[in-house]
Amino acid sequence: MNERSSDKPGPRKLTGAEIIWECLERLGVEHVFGYPGGAILPTYDALTRSRVHHVLVRHEQGATHMADGYARASGRVGVALATSGPGATNMVTGIATAMMDSSPIVCITGQVGSSVLGSDAFQETDITGITIPITKHNYLVTRADEVAASLREAFQIAASDRPGPVLVDITKDAQLGTCEFDWDAAAPRAHRQVPDFFPAPAKLNEAAALINESQRPVILAGHGIILSGAGEEVRRLAEAADVPVALTLLGLGAFPASHPLNLGMMGMHGEAWVNQAIQESDLLIALGMRFDDRVTGKVNTYALKAKKIHVEIDRAEINKTVHVDVPLIGDLREVLQRLLPLVKPNRHSEWWSQVHISQQDSSVRDIQNLPDNGHLYAAHVINDLWRETKGDAVIVTDVGQHQMWEAQYYHHEKPRSLITSGGLGTMGFALPAAIGAKFARPDSEVWVVAGDGGFQMTMAELATIVQEKLNVKIAIINNGYLGMVRQWQEFFYEGRYAGTPLLSPDFVKLAEAYGIPGLMVTERSQVVPALHTSRFHAGAALIDFRVEQEDSVYPMVPAGADLHAMIRRPTPLVERPTDD
Amino acid sequence: MTEREKPHTFVVYVENKPGVLNRIASLFRRRGYNIESLTVGHTERPNISRMTIVSSIGEGAAHRVEANIYKLVNVLSVEDVTHGTTISRSLALIKVEAPEESRHRLMEIVRVFRARVVDLAPRSLIIEITGAEDKIHALVDVLRPFGILEMVRTGQVVMRRGVQERAESSPPKGAQDDPRPSQQKTGPELTGAGALVEAEHPGSV
Repeated sequence: MNERSSDKPGPRKLTGAEIIWECLERLGVEHVFGYPGGAILPTYDALTRSRVHHVLVRHEQGATHMADGYARASGRVGVALATSGPGATNMVTGIATAMMDSSPIVCITGQVGSSVLGSDAFQETDITGITIPITKHNYLVTRADEVAASLREAFQIAASDRPGPVLVDITKDAQLGTCEFDWDAAAPRAHRQVPDFFPAPAKLNEAAALINESQRPVILAGHGIILSGAGEEVRRLAEAADVPVALTLLGLGAFPASHPLNLGMMGMHGEAWVNQAIQESDLLIALGMRFDDRVTGKVNTYALKAKKIHVEIDRAEINKTVHVDVPLIGDLREVLQRLLPLVKPNRHSEWWSQVHISQQDSSVRDIQNLPDNGHLYAAHVINDLWRETKGDAVIVTDVGQHQMWEAQYYHHEKPRSLITSGGLGTMGFALPAAIGAKFARPDSEVWVVAGDGGFQMTMAELATIVQEKLNVKIAIINNGYLGMVRQWQEFFYEGRYAGTPLLSPDFVKLAEAYGIPGLMVTERSQVVPALHTSRFHAGAALIDFRVEQEDSVYPMVPAGADLHAMIRRPTPLVERPTDD
Repeated sequence: MTEREKPHTFVVYVENKPGVLNRIASLFRRRGYNIESLTVGHTERPNISRMTIVSSIGEGAAHRVEANIYKLVNVLSVEDVTHGTTISRSLALIKVEAPEESRHRLMEIVRVFRARVVDLAPRSLIIEITGAEDKIHALVDVLRPFGILEMVRTGQVVMRRGVQERAESSPPKGAQDDPRPSQQKTGPELTGAGALVEAEHPGSV
C-alpha cells in the first residue's frame, strides 16, 4: 500500500477503506468527526495514510452535531464517522436534527460483514432502516466497488436542492475488499432534474402584481435565504418595494438586524409588533421558510387578511400547512433574480406608522429598558455578549429559554452567525455544534450559549475541545431549572414544577478539571468584565452565569393559540413573590 | 383534519433496488395512513419498476404524500391518477364450497361475471376473476352465501387512458448529456390533483 501514488494516472487497486478517504479528500473534506469501533476499523486503519484530519469525539451524537455545526457555519458538507450498532444508533438524534434544519451532512457508518447481515451479529443494527425517515437518502454498501459512487452521490444529494443528511452504511467486507478505483466512473448522476425548475413567467408576473398592489406587505425571511445565498436579493426586494422583513429563528442573520426594514423574529417568542404586522398584513412574501407551527400559531386564524406568495425549493412545503396563492418553486436566489425586475419601487408610509406604534408599546416593556433591580437576567447577559462581541461572533445555542433570549437580544447582522437547532429542538446541540463551527471558521469568535440542562447532555465534548486545542467560549445560562419547561408549567400547569428543578455540578470546577478556565457570574456588574476576560484568554473558556431562576421568555404565543394572542411581559416588571 | 377520505391511487415509477418499497411505505406509515392495496412489477424499461398504491386519505393528505414520494431519490415519477380517466384492474382467486347441488348455480354465476373456473375439486372450486374492483366486490357478494373458503386478491393495477403527455415531456435541463435513462423525474402539480391529460377515449369499458 505504501507504493500508492496519487500522481499515477489511470485506475488503481485500492481497498474500500482507502477509497473512502481518497473520495473524502477529493471531495474537499478537511475534517471528519468520528469514533472508532470494530466494524469501522479497516477505515480507521486506512486513516493513517490519509491527509484528512480526524476529530475524536466523546459520543457519536456529538460527531453528528459537529458535522452539522461545521456545515451550518461554512455551507460545506460536514462528515461524521462511526461504527455499527450503538455507534450508528447514537447518531440518530444528530441526523434528525440535520434533517429538520436542512443541514448538509454525510454520516458514514461501519456495518457488520455482508455475509452476516440480518443475523443479529455483534453490534449489528439496521441503521439504514432506522434512518429512512430522517435522511434525505441512505445507502447500504456491501462491495468495495460501490463505495466511490455511493459517497460521491451522497455528497451531491446532501448539498443539493434542500440540503439534508445522507447516511452511507459500509459493511466491513466492503471496506476490506479491493477494486480498481476510478474516480470519474463514480461520478454521480444528477438525481434531481425538475423540468419546471423555474417558475413560469406568468407565475412571476402574478407574484409581482401582488407585491406592486399590496398596501401592507410583510416578507417572511427563512433559512432558505442563507442556504441559497440570497441575502442580497432579499435586501433589494425589501428596499425596492419598502417591505418590512420578519425573520424565522433559522432566518436570523439572513437580513441585517440593523437594517431599518428589519422587524425582528416572528412566531411563538417573536416580538409582539412582528406578529401583529403579520396578522394585519395584506400580503405575506414567504422566502425560504416553511410555516412551521412555532411560526404560525393556530393555522386557522393565521394572517387571514393576507394573500400569500411562497418561494420555496421544496415543493412538498407548498400548501403543507398554510394555503398559498402564488407558489414559486425553485432556488430562492434565482427566483428572486427573475422576480426583481418586475417589482416596482413603492412606499408604504401608512403601513410603517402602524407598525411603529406597536413597536413603541413593546419598547416600554423591554427588559433592557427597565431599571436595574439587582437581579441578573439572561436577557442582559445576552445583550452584553452582543455588545462586547460587536455582534460579530458565531453564536451556537442550545435549546430552551436561553435560545429565545439569544434570538431576541443578540442582533445578527450576517448569515451563518447564529447556529441553533430549530426544527427538532435538540438539547445538547450547542457544545458539539460549536466545535464543528470552529473547525469551519477557525478565525471567527465562536460562543456556545447553553442552558444548564442542555449543556449537561453533551458536556463530555469539553474533552474534545481540549484535545483539539480549540478556542471555543462557553456561556452557561444557569437558572437551576429546565427553564422553558418550567415556564410552560408556570403558565399552563399552575406552577407544578415536575421534573424541572435541576441540580448541576460546579461548572467552573468541571471546566477546570478539563483544563479550561472558568468564571462564575452572579451580578450584572460582573457580566462585562467576565466576558472581557474570557474573550481575551487565548483558549477555551467557560462562564457560569447564575441568572434569575424563574424568569420567563416574553412575549409568548401559547402553542396552538392565535398568533396575535400573546402573553406580554408584565409592565413595569413586577417582582414575582417568592415561592410559597 | 376534517377533509373527506376517499381512495387515492398513486402510480409510481421507481428504480428497482432493495429498500425502495420500504422508503415509500414509510411515508404512509409515519402519517398513520393505511395502504389498501399495493402492486409492484417490472416495466417495459429494464431496472425500473412500477407501483400502484391505493390509500383512502383526504385530498390534502394525498397531496402531501405525493409530494414526499416525489422527493425520494429512487423515485422517477409519481402521479395521483385518482381524478384522471384510468383503466383499473385487479385479479382475484376465490375458493368456494361447491357440493354437487350448488355447482350448477355457481357455474352460471361464473358465466355471467365472465369469470373462469380454474380448479375443480370434489367439494370446492376456484374461480378466477379479473376486473375493476366493484365487479370483484359484486362477485364476492354473490358467492358469499355459498361459503367462501379462501380468497386472494392482487390489488389494483391502474393505467391512464390515451397518451401520457407528462411521461414523454422533453428531458430537463442538464439531463441531455447523461446516458442513463432514469434522469427524468416528473412530480406532482402544485394543486395536488395532478394535471389531467385529455383522454383519447372517454367512457369506460
